[in-house]
Amino acid sequence: MNCTDLLSHLSDYFDEQLSTELRAEIQEHTAGCQHCRVVLNTTHQTIEVYKGTEIYEVSPELRERLHSAIMAKCLAAKK
Amino acid sequence: MPAIQSPVTEEVHPDVALVARAKQGDTAAFEQLVRQYERQIFRVAQHITQNREDAEDITQDAFLKAYEKLDQFQGNSKFSTWLVRIAVNESLMRLRKRKTSKTVSMDEDVQTEEGSIPRDFAEWRPNPEQEYNQAELADILRKTIQGLPPGFRSVFTLRDVENLSTEETAEALGLSVPAVKSRLLRARLQLRERLSRYFRKKQEGQPV
Repeated sequence: MNCTDLLSHLSDYFDEQLSTELRAEIQEHTAGCQHCRVVLNTTHQTIEVYKGTEIYEVSPELRERLHSAIMAKCLAAKK
Repeated sequence: MPAIQSPVTEEVHPDVALVARAKQGDTAAFEQLVRQYERQIFRVAQHITQNREDAEDITQDAFLKAYEKLDQFQGNSKFSTWLVRIAVNESLMRLRKRKTSKTVSMDEDVQTEEGSIPRDFAEWRPNPEQEYNQAELADILRKTIQGLPPGFRSVFTLRDVENLSTEETAEALGLSVPAVKSRLLRARLQLRERLSRYFRKKQEGQPV
């Protein structure tokens, strides 16, 4: 496996959609390739930091306002 | 409540019963669906439009549309995926109207190879997120994702922020699975590249 191959499998690697063989090839490649190791690690960190952070907080006030507005519109449409 | 175990039937998503009741005019059942998904729909709309007021309007319109078209929902997909799809379409329509964004469809601006080839090979600090408080971190992540074209932003948001599966993301965005995969990879790589500015290990001779 070369660096370009690794890149093309990167998303499937994180999404655990790769065969055992391909996973092993990726691990073998990154063991010897500093650049790919960094790309793999930091891409993983990128995904994790987005998963772990609430970017758009929905406050209880906003939620309540939204909820009332939605239900008001739907009930009006029902009539 | 303990789930009723049945070895024969497949596991049925709890929304199925709520949708069935809502279709028969049970407003309380529909309201429960609203409660379940209003925050998610708002976040998706805000991610795509990058505008809070638009996101509020879109959330209301999306649920209204869902309510009015409930009869057309066949149950081939999850109710939540169907709802996200409505919200995505509303969001894109809003972007088109606003015209402040260069790109208004899922297909524009994603042909470029820009950002698909990694350039930054600096290691990051082991737990970069611990060096910022939650508000600072949210700000960094928000600014970074704003720089992506909508076609990438939407895919990344649904997959990695809202945790939809690849198939659900494809369905919600009206894209093929391979298109979702290719956009997701590029979105992840572009975000990685941009976040590196903030999270990389400090090295000699490099501006922070």
